[in-house]
Amino acid sequence: MTLTRRDVENIAHLARLEITEAELPVYVGSLSAILAFVEQLAAAPTTDVVPMAHPLEGQRQPLREDRVTESDRHGIYQANAPAVEAGLYLVPKVIE
Amino acid sequence: MANGWETVIGLEIHAQLATRSKIFSGSATAYGAPPNAQANLVDLGYPGTLPVLNREAVLMAVRFGLAIGATIAPRSVFARKNYFYPDLPKGYQISQYELPVVARGAVEILLEDGSRKTVGVTRAHLEEDAGKSLHEGLGRMSGIDLNRAGTPLLEIVSEPDMRSAREAVAYMKKIHTLVRYLEICDGNMQEGSFRCDANVSVRRAGAQEYGTRCEIKNLNSFRFVERAINHEVERQVELIEGGGKVVQETRLYDPDRDETRPMRSKEEANDYRYFPDPDLLPLEIDAAFVAELRAGLPELPDAKAARFAREHGLSEYDAGVLTASRELAAYYEEVAAGAGEPKLAANWVMGELSGFLNRDGLEIGVAPVGAAALAGLLKRIVDGTISGKLAKDVFEAMWSERKDADAVIAERGLRQITDTGAIEQAIRDVMAANPGQLADYRAGKDKLFGFFVGQVMKATAGKANPAQVNELLKKLLAGP
Repeated sequence: MTLTRRDVENIAHLARLEITEAELPVYVGSLSAILAFVEQLAAAPTTDVVPMAHPLEGQRQPLREDRVTESDRHGIYQANAPAVEAGLYLVPKVIE
Repeated sequence: MANGWETVIGLEIHAQLATRSKIFSGSATAYGAPPNAQANLVDLGYPGTLPVLNREAVLMAVRFGLAIGATIAPRSVFARKNYFYPDLPKGYQISQYELPVVARGAVEILLEDGSRKTVGVTRAHLEEDAGKSLHEGLGRMSGIDLNRAGTPLLEIVSEPDMRSAREAVAYMKKIHTLVRYLEICDGNMQEGSFRCDANVSVRRAGAQEYGTRCEIKNLNSFRFVERAINHEVERQVELIEGGGKVVQETRLYDPDRDETRPMRSKEEANDYRYFPDPDLLPLEIDAAFVAELRAGLPELPDAKAARFAREHGLSEYDAGVLTASRELAAYYEEVAAGAGEPKLAANWVMGELSGFLNRDGLEIGVAPVGAAALAGLLKRIVDGTISGKLAKDVFEAMWSERKDADAVIAERGLRQITDTGAIEQAIRDVMAANPGQLADYRAGKDKLFGFFVGQVMKATAGKANPAQVNELLKKLLAGP
């Protein structure tokens, strides 16, 4: 599978990455090469293979009991935030 | 609905599951906590943290699936839904995509003309809620509160089976009733615990293919659902009839202006790039677990309503009203059993009781007159101690003074007079006080009978047994 410029622009936009005009062809080439590399797997016979969700056999989703184990520590967590006010994390204004 | 058009509606309902802790972390889920007091490292999306699934949330989803006769997936998978928004710190929402936990169920709704309709439920899946963004009063910034982030949601997706806003509301009410019966969601729409998105399209009557649909987001009241859908249908029909085309988009309903408007611009068209979440293994649910939950299901509203109609002789409509919530149904049943008269109990619960609850804005759980107290009152009607009319006054006193019926009746001397001697004496007094009317009556003016009834009831403060008054009056007025 070969990606087009548009594909790469779209991927970059969805990932909120700014790619310059000069970088675009580089990514078109390198990302396409990665896909081609992975695509070799398509040649492997997999019709009788059940997909695994985990490399270790017999692993099941562990479940926790419905108990509140966390306390209010927002003061500590917010020490890392660039801006807070009245307990809220502040971000540049987003309007729907 | 405009002539020649058919409306097609599907709903996506989001029900917050009533767990104590979040779906993937041990943070509390209580509503109304100070901002970010219930958001820990997992909810904040810190690197290195891992989600651990809440057993109770799974159990609740399965209970719902069983209640709508759906298939419970023996293996379902959590997936990442990727998008950027500040109230979603991880940059993805953990949801379920290809393999949801609940698939292919159905509910039956009762339409206004008395007919029934089955609405298919395509799927119901587990996911986490996002946080909340506040845009007011923070200058050029938005404030983010992540208390809600990670609250478990059950997203219930219907088939496009509804053909009018009314049907959509009936379906939404049905799901609302169900989740509360199952005690998996508090159903509080004002707090956003139960909300829905509506997919609406129109097509020419008789057309086979669906029209292009619009999705109306975040409808959090039954009234808004109805109004938003009706408005949207009107907009689409006008658009097409004017030669235009409906564009598939997400729209937001504005209740103040009663209109919908586009929400997201086209270039941000949903491209969520779902993929299985590598932090979570597939959820496996074995048959024994499902069987155990099935055995533990409460009597559901449809079954309860059918039983009330069958065993209590109630109309289908009354049975439906009385089973709208589990609390109301339990209250009614206790009154009916206590009074021994189901129909009388139904009339009082739907009449006086509901009226007073509405008037005072109270929920049935805190009604000043409990079920046992109301049953006590109805017993006094049944055994003739008081008339149905006086019972209403007694009920009002019970409500405001929180006393039982017998106490009110005794205190106010409201006990019905059934002593023939006492009633006769009252009649004789009335006759003696009104010789003119008595003479006229005896001269053939039959209409005066009502006058005498009124006077006797007045003289006995309304307490005389009306049937006895009638009988004795006829006898005594006729002559000595």
